[in-house]
Amino acid sequence: MILPDKFRDWFAARGWAPHPHQLALLEAQGDTLLIAPTGGGKTLAGFLPSLVDLAGGGTGLHTLYISPLKALTADIARNLAAPVGEMGLPIRIEDRTGDTSSTKRARQRVDPPNILLTTPESLALLTSYPEAPKIFKDLKRVVVDEIHALAESKRGDQTMLGIARLRSLAPGLTVTGLSATVADPAGLGAFMGGATVLRADPGPAADIALLPTSAPAPWAGGNAHYAVPDVMAAVEKARMTLIFVNTRAQAELFFQQLWEHNPQNLPIGLHHGSLAREARQRVEQAMAAGALRAVVCTGSLDLGIDWGDVDLVLQIGAPKLVTRLVQRIGRSNHRYDAPSRARLVPANRFEVIESVVALEAVNKGDLDGEKRGPGPLDVLCQHILLTACAGPFDAEALYAEFRSAGPYRTLTREDFDACLDFCATGGYALKAYDRWQRLMLRGGLWYLRDPRVAKLIRLNIGTIIDPEHLNVRMARSRGGAPLGTVEESFAASLEPGDTFLIGGKVVAFERLREMVVEVGHAPHKQPRIAVFSGVKMASSLQVSHRIQALIGDPGRWDVLPSDLRDWLETQRRLSVLPRPGVLACETFPRGDRWHFTLYGFAGRNAHQTLGLLLTRQMEALGLGPLGFVPSDHALMIWSVDPLTDPARLLNADTLRAGLDGWLSGNSLIKRTFRNVATIAGLMQRNLPGQRRSGKQATFSSDIIHDTLRRHDPDHLLLRITRDEARRGLVDFDRIEDMLRSNPLIDHALAPHLTPLSAPLVLEIGRVSVEGEGRERLMAREAERLMQEAGLA
Amino acid sequence: MTYPLSFAGQDFEARPAGTLWWPARRTLIVADLHLGKSATMAARGGALLPPHEDADTLARLEGELAALPVARVLSLGDAFEDDRAPEALSPANRARLGAMAQGLVWIWISGNHDDGALPGLGETLSEIHEEGIALRHIAGKGPDISGHYHPKARLAGRSRPAFLWGQSHLILPAFGTYTGGLDCEAPPLADLVGPGLALLTGPRVMARPLTPGTRRRA
Repeated sequence: MILPDKFRDWFAARGWAPHPHQLALLEAQGDTLLIAPTGGGKTLAGFLPSLVDLAGGGTGLHTLYISPLKALTADIARNLAAPVGEMGLPIRIEDRTGDTSSTKRARQRVDPPNILLTTPESLALLTSYPEAPKIFKDLKRVVVDEIHALAESKRGDQTMLGIARLRSLAPGLTVTGLSATVADPAGLGAFMGGATVLRADPGPAADIALLPTSAPAPWAGGNAHYAVPDVMAAVEKARMTLIFVNTRAQAELFFQQLWEHNPQNLPIGLHHGSLAREARQRVEQAMAAGALRAVVCTGSLDLGIDWGDVDLVLQIGAPKLVTRLVQRIGRSNHRYDAPSRARLVPANRFEVIESVVALEAVNKGDLDGEKRGPGPLDVLCQHILLTACAGPFDAEALYAEFRSAGPYRTLTREDFDACLDFCATGGYALKAYDRWQRLMLRGGLWYLRDPRVAKLIRLNIGTIIDPEHLNVRMARSRGGAPLGTVEESFAASLEPGDTFLIGGKVVAFERLREMVVEVGHAPHKQPRIAVFSGVKMASSLQVSHRIQALIGDPGRWDVLPSDLRDWLETQRRLSVLPRPGVLACETFPRGDRWHFTLYGFAGRNAHQTLGLLLTRQMEALGLGPLGFVPSDHALMIWSVDPLTDPARLLNADTLRAGLDGWLSGNSLIKRTFRNVATIAGLMQRNLPGQRRSGKQATFSSDIIHDTLRRHDPDHLLLRITRDEARRGLVDFDRIEDMLRSNPLIDHALAPHLTPLSAPLVLEIGRVSVEGEGRERLMAREAERLMQEAGLA
Repeated sequence: MTYPLSFAGQDFEARPAGTLWWPARRTLIVADLHLGKSATMAARGGALLPPHEDADTLARLEGELAALPVARVLSLGDAFEDDRAPEALSPANRARLGAMAQGLVWIWISGNHDDGALPGLGETLSEIHEEGIALRHIAGKGPDISGHYHPKARLAGRSRPAFLWGQSHLILPAFGTYTGGLDCEAPPLADLVGPGLALLTGPRVMARPLTPGTRRRA
């Protein structure tokens, strides 16, 4: 395909020339993975072959565009409208997401547009309809945007299974993946099922540094409030600033702080995933219209939404991943030839170190990335059920189709059959459901026994399992406006009058009514409670190792601000200093608990596993471990009694022996099981707004997990849970690496909380330990309550 | 570790497993077994849950019977998930129930899910009155001992099935394996029981105050 004159003229009229990679993609044969920096016209490159192909007119659905974000589809629709309108192309473009009205969606199933913009979940839903073959019969191209982000989670596996389905429905389909800069392009190509990698010119190097601040970073905390005046000054000087914050809770707090230091009343918006859809759309529209000077945002704005005028990116809190930092930097100066400008604002002293090493890595072009494992089987189970919703299927053909998807290219027939059996009968050793099979084999084809169930199965679509969320609204007497959502566990902890932040407002809890949290204004109150925990971001191992090397080498501390050098000096004086070759750990009292911190620098997952194994040993020693928090760099365990001799426990053989028992019902495994069981369709997902009957309908996935473990230990879902935990949570190899590369154990008894442990106290992602310590704590609390009530 | 309690002038023991022992009458009281839960859900086209909950529930009940000199078992309703569940009980589990009931008086109180009886085993009543106490499925005019609500209570951030012990109502936790729960501080439980204690089940029974009308964080 070559670029027709009409298109050349359109580029020329705008004073543009097509980028070489845009032309290369037009000429490419077969599936292609385009890797280009943000601002490189990546999206236009992806659509150009479709626009050229459709320029002479087309019928039916020609191109399906899949993006990880609903916001992106709306943005793309806007951006495509320009070339299509200006060249007068006869192309109908529509989006379809969870936010699309049901009448529009129904019409799209009958009369699809030429280009449909959608999300992985909406694609899964579309392929589950009996009319899917008709909808997709003319499909020529699929464009998967931000495929690097999709590939990081099960949504990627789901997308690739969906595309495999599309290839069966529309043979000859061409798939184009669009990706930001990644560490392993070939791996991403394999994920697409063997796409050719096409790399664009990376553009000029970014201008990136720490934001100078008037006050030093605090010891601990994740909010970076100390830097608010400096951030405000930077916003005032820039045209348009994107302020990235790592979690939703921090975004709320930071947004509130900014407004308290905004004498000029500059228009500053807030955007994160817990806000009501209307609130998010308002901000997106205001940004697109250039009506805002800054937006405080989280990962919800992480992907390639085209903001046009952004000329400064601020990263609040450590960037955690070098690759993500590079991608976020790309948000600024959305022009290919101009360097992006970004400033880092670490929230505490430890993050200063993280930021310094991340900057080093960016400047060296040293990206991080995790290797992908094979496609998970829970996603496969969901896909089998969805396939059955569309109509009867042949097992042989479906197996072949699955194997054509990149993540499932090594899927064995045994595993496929196990998944099919799970979907049909539940897959239990006890064949209890002969009468009530979900799928029945008739005449060589698999059918849904009860076609009415399709509706239930479709409700369960998706691979993102959020904690349960409740809607937050102003009380009816105050207009009932929706504000956003909070996690159910957070809502359950509220008492009337408790204040919290949402949507940049301080509100007071009034009551819980029909699963809606009703609140009132409380503008003059200090919010006492932090909001929802949000998503915890993990640093890469590569960042961790760089940190250990920097902390352990006082000779290099001159790259750090002076207050930070003093801080590390304090750590050295009070306790131990982590350094390569040494496994540094410390014990100190805090409140009525003892804390033990181990600086392993082995990554969050390995620390998590180590936490499980060590707390089991501590339980056996009667130390009453209560919980632990793994971070990327360290592990902190708290207990009723102190751990005084860690060297005895930190032994590879001892730990490995404990590994066999680690599966026994700890809360991490149960959390993994809950996700697996929901995705595979054993548990029905609780949808927001859906009223639950309270007691009969819901018993926890923990009960199902425990029952399976006792009566059916070889069940498929337990196997998937184990595999996933082993890959995701366990990472035992890294523990062995850690012990091998740090053969010396240096344990200190510190008088109190130490500088390096301070950030851990505030970490999200605590894991509680069920055991004697927990019982003792509950008994103590019971006693306190009884005494308080005058009953004991 | 059991928790001794006095209710309407009678002595009882709340047991860690969630049963109530009435020593004077050598009676074991249990509520909301919900046998046949997974099969009922499957028949309705829902998820195919692990079909092991009946065996699990019965095994725990066997444990209680083995631990005590029981002369009579009182099931306070919702022993079965629905009226078809007794028929659907597997032969093995049916035999287990039969063996348990051997030599005992077995009384099924009807619930709102079921008539509560397994044909050929024990007798069925809508409620009984003894020593001035009503034993029924849903709490009514006290003093009574009942089930139905599947109460749970929180301590130090953990929620567990619990007995609710008030002035005129004593409510049992659900004993069945596949049963969820209703927090004792949520309506309608909070106001029903009034001031009293929640006795949490678990490795040992733990007591905490019940304070109606306020929601406290424990």
